[in-house]
Amino acid sequence: MYPITSAHYIALSAALLLIGTVGVLTRRNIVIILMSIELILNAVNINLVAFSQALHNLNGQVFAIFVITDAVAEAAVGLGILIALFRNKETVLADEVDLLKW
Amino acid sequence: MLTPELSQAIFFYIFAAMVLAGAILTITRRSAVHSAMFLIVSLMGVAGLYLLQQAEFLFAVQIVLYIGGIMVLFLFVIMLVNLDQAAKEKQFNGQRWIALACVVLVGVQVFYFLSKGRAAFQIAQPGTLPAASALGNTEQLADVLFKEYLLPFEIASILLLVAVVGSVVMAKKRI
Repeated sequence: MYPITSAHYIALSAALLLIGTVGVLTRRNIVIILMSIELILNAVNINLVAFSQALHNLNGQVFAIFVITDAVAEAAVGLGILIALFRNKETVLADEVDLLKW
Repeated sequence: MLTPELSQAIFFYIFAAMVLAGAILTITRRSAVHSAMFLIVSLMGVAGLYLLQQAEFLFAVQIVLYIGGIMVLFLFVIMLVNLDQAAKEKQFNGQRWIALACVVLVGVQVFYFLSKGRAAFQIAQPGTLPAASALGNTEQLADVLFKEYLLPFEIASILLLVAVVGSVVMAKKRI
């Protein structure tokens, strides 16, 4: 339990990753799916910073910055797609968007 | 007696509880606005964990970019898109039990290997960063970012430009 080691951070990060994955796989609302992707990316960042701290190496924190950059780009484009989708199909539920379904 | 290790442990568990409770509430609430609020709680917990690990720059970036930027974007879109109809319908899709079973399987694997610890993985060797440097975290990070990672940094700026143009084009009425 205590003192806190990097294993604690890695276990927390794994738990957050799994919660985010459950959100992506089970929710119907696209806005909440995008929020779950943010949770997954945050789990990755916790992991990177924990290893950066444990190994006395700043490369992990630099990678975390790049991951945050990607998260911003992904959120902006994803929400743009959501607005376009809502304008054309009047829905935000992922399983009602089945134009390409066989 | 409040030693530094003990106070660090207390803060770790507070922030970890914030992160996990916020995340679980984010994916279970019916209203998207409530989800966004709990996501903010979760992201604040992550920011606290950065601060606990002496990553002050990432702490500031997390607050400014995630909570100030992305969450405002999310709330804007929630207001822009009419979610009242979606809130009345079923919130979870048909594959939820299969999805949960798969995630539990992956979770069991992950925590099995985590419990084995160093025996399961080849851990990288510690770097050569001086432990007690006179420079702060932000200065050290800037050194690494602009010396070793200059090209990825520039590529990231191009990525952001593409994302800006792409999201404007996507959200435009007539292209």
